[in-house]
Amino acid sequence: MPAAGVVMIIAVLLIVLAVVYYLVSTIVALQRITNALDEAITGVVGIIEKSAPVDDVVTSINTNLDAGVDLLEGLLVKKAGMQDAVGLVDGLYPGAAAEGFRNFPESKTTKAPRISEVYTKGTLTLARLGREAPIAAASPNGPALRNPAYGSTAARALYPEVRQMRPASLARSPIIGTDSPVQYEPSESPGVRKRMPVPAGVAGTPGSEPTPTETEAAEGGVVKSGLAFLRRLKNDDR
Amino acid sequence: MTLEWIGDALLLLVVLPVVVYLLRGVLNAANSIVPSAQQIAAAATAGSKDLDATALLLTTQDQVKTTIEVAADYGGSLDVILDDAR
Repeated sequence: MPAAGVVMIIAVLLIVLAVVYYLVSTIVALQRITNALDEAITGVVGIIEKSAPVDDVVTSINTNLDAGVDLLEGLLVKKAGMQDAVGLVDGLYPGAAAEGFRNFPESKTTKAPRISEVYTKGTLTLARLGREAPIAAASPNGPALRNPAYGSTAARALYPEVRQMRPASLARSPIIGTDSPVQYEPSESPGVRKRMPVPAGVAGTPGSEPTPTETEAAEGGVVKSGLAFLRRLKNDDR
Repeated sequence: MTLEWIGDALLLLVVLPVVVYLLRGVLNAANSIVPSAQQIAAAATAGSKDLDATALLLTTQDQVKTTIEVAADYGGSLDVILDDAR
């Protein structure tokens, strides 16, 4: 065999060896890719299966929450009024008043009163909830009392003065008994008196109608403080 | 004879380098895909695992429904017992 033929055979062998080496390496790499893609497909199928009911469930949850928001917003605005409702929300979540209520577009333009500076947390709720609660006794039918400049005083004025502001001036404990100086009439229902007790023989007798002056004096600081506060508030508004 | 040597030279100096160059390019490309595919697989597995909690959405759905029902009952009562704002 001529030398040129031997060299050609060697060259062809080298080429075949190179082709085999690289093709085998490529096959190995492609197998690794295939395995990784199988793993990925398994994961993606899991994602698809697990997320399939999410749309319906989340839609249902959102529907319920929307109904809840509608309910609570409507109730808050209905019971507290737009201005106080916005103020209450802004007091609890500062800045939330700018977004307004979802179902009340006018709430975005309502100026939120600085409720949190006047009332402690929950005080407004108590005042609104309890027309008969002590906190609302000063203005049971009036508007929410608010005075940003004298916030603490305004908040304190919401409470009956006899119990909260001057405990030292509270009346002494009553003397009970048939011969007590102050005779109490039995009430028709617990916690309700027909009239405030008066000392025996001093101003009228039990059963007689008290005069307006007596009534005001008997109701004491509650009415006085409420009227005084309202007058002060009125003057502040001017 | 001379032509045979020329053919040998072409095989060794041209064909073999070209074949090696091309096959090496294919191998490098295949090898570069492997890490990406493995990362995709890892991400898909992790994503699937993260979604294991979606079953709890059914519980959340029931609880939200119950909560809203209770709030509606409470709101209805409040609507009755409280005065409306002016």
